[in-house]
Amino acid sequence: MSAAALLPTRSARGWSDPGFRALATQVIALAVLAGTVAFLATNLVGNLEARSIRTGFGFLWQAAGFEIGQSFIAWSPSASFGRALLVGLLNTLVVASLGIVLSTLAGFVVGIASLSRNPLVSPLARLYVELIRNTPLLLQLYLWYAVLTQMLPAASAAPQLLPGVYLAKSGLHFPVLQHGAGPLLLAALVGVLAFACHGLWARRRAERSGVPAKLWPGLLLLLLPIVAVALERAVTASFDVPRPTRFGFSGGGMITPELTALLIGLSLYNAAFIGEILRAGILSVGRGQLEAAAALGLSRGQALRLVVIPQAMKVAVPPLASQYLNLAKNSSLAVAIGYPDLMSIGNTIINQTGQAVEVIAILMSIYLTLSLTISAFMNWYNARVALKGAS
Amino acid sequence: MTAAALSLRARLFGSVGNTLLTIAMLGLFAVYLPALLRWAVFDATWWAASPAACRAAGGACWAFIHEKFRLVLFGRYPFEEQWRPLLALLLTIALVLAGCSLRFGWRVVVAGGLAGILAVIVLMRGGVLGLGYVPTDLWGGLPLTVFLAVGGIIGAFPLAIGLALGRRSELGVIRGICVVFIEMVRGVPLVSVLFMASFMIPLFLPGKLQVDALLRALIAITLFSAAYLAEAIRGGLQAVPAGQEQAAKALGLGYWQTSLLIVVPQALRLAIPSIANLCIGLFKDTSLVGIVGLTDLLLATKQALGDPQWRSFSLEGYLFVALLYVAFCSFISHYSRTLERRLRSNV
Repeated sequence: MSAAALLPTRSARGWSDPGFRALATQVIALAVLAGTVAFLATNLVGNLEARSIRTGFGFLWQAAGFEIGQSFIAWSPSASFGRALLVGLLNTLVVASLGIVLSTLAGFVVGIASLSRNPLVSPLARLYVELIRNTPLLLQLYLWYAVLTQMLPAASAAPQLLPGVYLAKSGLHFPVLQHGAGPLLLAALVGVLAFACHGLWARRRAERSGVPAKLWPGLLLLLLPIVAVALERAVTASFDVPRPTRFGFSGGGMITPELTALLIGLSLYNAAFIGEILRAGILSVGRGQLEAAAALGLSRGQALRLVVIPQAMKVAVPPLASQYLNLAKNSSLAVAIGYPDLMSIGNTIINQTGQAVEVIAILMSIYLTLSLTISAFMNWYNARVALKGAS
Repeated sequence: MTAAALSLRARLFGSVGNTLLTIAMLGLFAVYLPALLRWAVFDATWWAASPAACRAAGGACWAFIHEKFRLVLFGRYPFEEQWRPLLALLLTIALVLAGCSLRFGWRVVVAGGLAGILAVIVLMRGGVLGLGYVPTDLWGGLPLTVFLAVGGIIGAFPLAIGLALGRRSELGVIRGICVVFIEMVRGVPLVSVLFMASFMIPLFLPGKLQVDALLRALIAITLFSAAYLAEAIRGGLQAVPAGQEQAAKALGLGYWQTSLLIVVPQALRLAIPSIANLCIGLFKDTSLVGIVGLTDLLLATKQALGDPQWRSFSLEGYLFVALLYVAFCSFISHYSRTLERRLRSNV
């Protein structure tokens, strides 16, 4: 575009003037966009009137009138549509965050297994990755749901996985503490705070003294409060243990088969991708790095922890971020197996009120916000793990 | 002992941990492999007239597939007419392979593609040439999955090239529109785009104009894949050396000539691996159209399993369809690697 501007002899006019052309192109683009939006909006208003569909967000405060299978806050059919969306959002957040944790753990196993030199382990990991990555997630969800709801026995014959933990057609049943989990959560919070404070202190001391910090005092601080409270409760409080009866389980806590299938499906699916990402990250660290670490006298574990993994993470974090985003968005497949996530509750509300435009606008803005939040967090983390001074 | 055997022994029993791992794996194989083989092969029922025979044998019931494969592969398309979707499917695959082989000029590809689309529509829909009319809501199974994937990617390509170029444009307004579109679409799940298409396209169009469900899903898939494809192509555009563009300008080529004749073709070649990954993702993602009620391969399987007699053989049904998906997806990735190698040796 600057070629013409460099020629002072004859100033271009009209369409051959690059400045004018740029301006005109942008004005035309804006006009086309505005025209399209106006056309669609006019149609929309006309269609809504013709079908006598109400508009506006007033429906959010009306009674919903439908049951929700699983809710982490109080729910009754007389509560409002707005609260139903909140229930759905919480369900989505629970699935997405549990899914991210579980798939990362499983992904680590898959990644390490596929790098293993053991000729029995790595081909198995490769086979797993190939099979999982080449089939649709929805198919895997249907499969897990069918396995959980059709092939498991009913309550009276349910297998006991751990003492008091049953896997049956009706879901995963487990014992819960009689008097709520408040003190345990508090202990977990105290543990995490102590762990973080100790970590900061230990790192500063390690930087000053040059002696590497040890991990176990921090872990001890993290686990001690939880274990102490759990032991105290186990001694004094009683558990509410599920009891199999002829008509199902009575007592205890329960995770629905929908949620179980969704968690298993999402975690195993994403674990294959995360395993590949971690494998690629570790392979990207040159052999010379390991050899140099060995020459400096670091043990193999130290070399992995201090040299290989920090560099591997630098490569792995950006794709890991988009994989987490995918997981959060893929949790919307819950709608297909009947777990009441944001998407499926939105779908129910559309069917009840007919106000598709408003509901879809709300759904899309929530998912956009979620995506942007995750990607902002991962950008922040990426900036932290990136090599200082390297581009 | 030979070197290979020594290395194998080191890899199996090199250290204490490795030895334990080997023993644990052998134990797992010893316990589960015979059970798996018994279920899948020895105790399995391959041909049986009724599900009762399957239950008696106790193993896998592959007879389900024998019984229902027409329903799984073609959905609810009229039974006697199912040669038409089969022919259309083979025609589509043949045309896609021919188009991807890069042996033909673009004019031939475009003309062949348009003729192919017309032929497929005539075959499937009928109503002319003595073929009976079959409405789109009866289309289903594997052909539908392939049509959606191929149609989606063909529709997405021009849009994606435009978006990728627009995102690198010097014109602020154009760049802004492209960035907002790409990031918005990439921020929401495909299910929500499908819902939006199926609920809102009828509301946004003039009252008289009806768009049927298949076309609505195709529009959603096209828009969705265009955003991802645009990012893949943008990656390729960034990798084309700046000298190419400068040389093209020095030769007097304008913006469109430079972009479409010089830069984009090289960018597409550089982007083949990520485009292939997107194609695989798109092929798998077409299964989501089942959520808005189109009988694709997966939903057809689910409907076949809805038969109360055969309901308890879900595992067999889903494993069979999984195998079909694996076959298609592995083929795409294998083909893209071949293509990449051939193009590299041509440079």
